[in-house]
Amino acid sequence: MSPLLSGAIVFTLGCYAVASVLVLVRLVRGPRAQDRVFALDLLYFHAMLVMLVLGIRHQSDVYFEAALLIALFSFVSSSAMAKFILRGEVIE
Amino acid sequence: MTALAKLAPAPLLSAALLGLWLVLARSASLGHLLVGLAIALAVPHLTANLRLKVVARRPLVVVRYVLRVGGDVVRSNLEVGRGVLVWRWRRPQSRFVVVPLDLRDPFGLAVLSMVTTIVPGTVWSELAIDRSALLLHVWDVDEERAFIERFKARYERPLMEIFE
Amino acid sequence: MSLWAEVAVAVLLVSSGLFVLVSALGFARLPDFFLRMHPPALAYTVGSWCVSFAGALYFSLLEGRLALHPLLVIAALGVTVPVTTLLLARVALFRRRAAGAPDTPPPLTPPRAP
Repeated sequence: MSPLLSGAIVFTLGCYAVASVLVLVRLVRGPRAQDRVFALDLLYFHAMLVMLVLGIRHQSDVYFEAALLIALFSFVSSSAMAKFILRGEVIE
Repeated sequence: MTALAKLAPAPLLSAALLGLWLVLARSASLGHLLVGLAIALAVPHLTANLRLKVVARRPLVVVRYVLRVGGDVVRSNLEVGRGVLVWRWRRPQSRFVVVPLDLRDPFGLAVLSMVTTIVPGTVWSELAIDRSALLLHVWDVDEERAFIERFKARYERPLMEIFE
Repeated sequence: MSLWAEVAVAVLLVSSGLFVLVSALGFARLPDFFLRMHPPALAYTVGSWCVSFAGALYFSLLEGRLALHPLLVIAALGVTVPVTTLLLARVALFRRRAAGAPDTPPPLTPPRAP
């Protein structure tokens, strides 16, 4: 891997890390439950992006499957939590 | 009903499933092709009860719509990004806007909701139960009437052409 | 891999990182929930598109054949993200109306008389 590409990857991963810390601040501060659910959804999304970039970094296809699985898990968990704070139960 | 229509009742779904399988398997060898074909032919029959009848016309309008939405996504990305960065100096005129709707088709409305959430700057908030109006939260709107006109012309009319 | 391909991949990755950073900045900084719903759309769209295109380009050149699988992420996100966003917008409206927040619009369909 050339220094140009690995430098770009390190920079991108750094951006994702700072972004995740900012989202974490919102997760802690709230103020209401919907803010926290949205913040959790974004954290999942950042983890997915990190997986995709790590796949390029290690030239491996396995990370891609992990990224797709994280995207699906984030969908299920966020919509279940949104439904829960809307109605008080997930499956009516 | 011809034999082909009976074998593949939803040709677009079958083609999409076959494409998805081959892309996920990352090869087009004979074995993957056969398994993919079996899935593409079996799944539409298994999900026949779940599928509603949807008629989409005018493929040219569909292509133009997709390209327009893609372009708008990039443009409003830059707009909202700049708005976030200059937040301290200039506050955007963000508010709720009620858009009267003419589109009634459920698939058209589903696509419209996808488009409004994908394009930064508009958030789909509520749809009236009789589907006559839509509540949007808009990032920066100077004049409400002009925004509603632009929204309806750009996003709603092509969907009416496609689905109705 | 040629220099130009590497430059293209690097530019795509860096722009994705910057878009995600700006969106998280907006999410952490803006004062109101509905204002905060706008910036994450940046990350969900251009942030993920750039990474997917970078991955497709990189693996295509690395393996010498068309590798389209990173683009599946775009399709998966395009289906799943609107559902969660829509649900959360509904949740926020519902809870703010229940709490009697002042800057919340009334329901489009008037509630039925009991």
